[in-house]
Amino acid sequence: MPDLGTYAVEVLSAYAVSIGLLIALVVVSVLRGKRVKRALEAAEARLRNG
Amino acid sequence: MSFWEYANPRKFMALTDRAMPWLFTLAGVSLVVGLVWGFFFTPNDFRQGSTVKIIYLHVPSAMMAINVWVMMLVTSLVWIVRRHHVSALAAKAAAPIGVTFTLIALATGAIWGQPMWGTWWAWDPRLTSFLILFLFYLGYMALWSAIEDPDTAADLTSVLCLVGTVFAVLSRYALIFWNQGLHQGASLSLDKEENVADVFYHPLLLSIAGFVLLFIALVFYRTRTEIRARRLYAIGLKERMANA
Repeated sequence: MPDLGTYAVEVLSAYAVSIGLLIALVVVSVLRGKRVKRALEAAEARLRNG
Repeated sequence: MSFWEYANPRKFMALTDRAMPWLFTLAGVSLVVGLVWGFFFTPNDFRQGSTVKIIYLHVPSAMMAINVWVMMLVTSLVWIVRRHHVSALAAKAAAPIGVTFTLIALATGAIWGQPMWGTWWAWDPRLTSFLILFLFYLGYMALWSAIEDPDTAADLTSVLCLVGTVFAVLSRYALIFWNQGLHQGASLSLDKEENVADVFYHPLLLSIAGFVLLFIALVFYRTRTEIRARRLYAIGLKERMANA
């Protein structure tokens, strides 16, 4: 761990907030992508089967 | 082969299906290496101490917050002029990424500003125009959600995007226009004299590359989702009309 001196809280919180937001963005995108893909497959199956 | 062929959803899906694994891998590697290098293996600044390490998050996210809006402007103009659906859906897909980058830039800026300027926030030209850009992102996303018909939503959000571009440009050039406020000048410039020192510069470039690649990978992924959602909407309409 590098020596962050008196600003350790600021630096660590900046990294925690940013990495947390990036991970949340990826997770939300993937979850919605999977949900929409499943729903479309079900709708297309309904369409094929009349 | 024309560039416009990729406005065909099938061609877009085929291209992005092949490109996405590479893009996500490259984005992950660039981000991890850039941030680990910047955090663990660069010295503290003689004036700013360890807070200089926030640069590896703040500069790339702020840069991308503006660039994402510019990408939305281009795709919105393509929609307005050529009516390519993939283009409008790409703009819609980019907005949540842009708002996240803007939020990161605002949050890291406030956290960095507190020890350096003695305040979390100031009504400085760059900070204020960035906050307005953030509000434009939220308004843009809200407008997409508020309108059921996708073509009408694409039309209205494209107009909103054109208006918001004023603030994206202001965010970038506020320092030059007003030459006042707390925010310092650009950290990166074509003029080498104005750049940060090399020891900070190289990991910063890698971190910027990571943010750019992550954006491209995510915008491809999210546009694919929007194309599927659009098809789902069309099937739903067909089913409702058949049942009516």
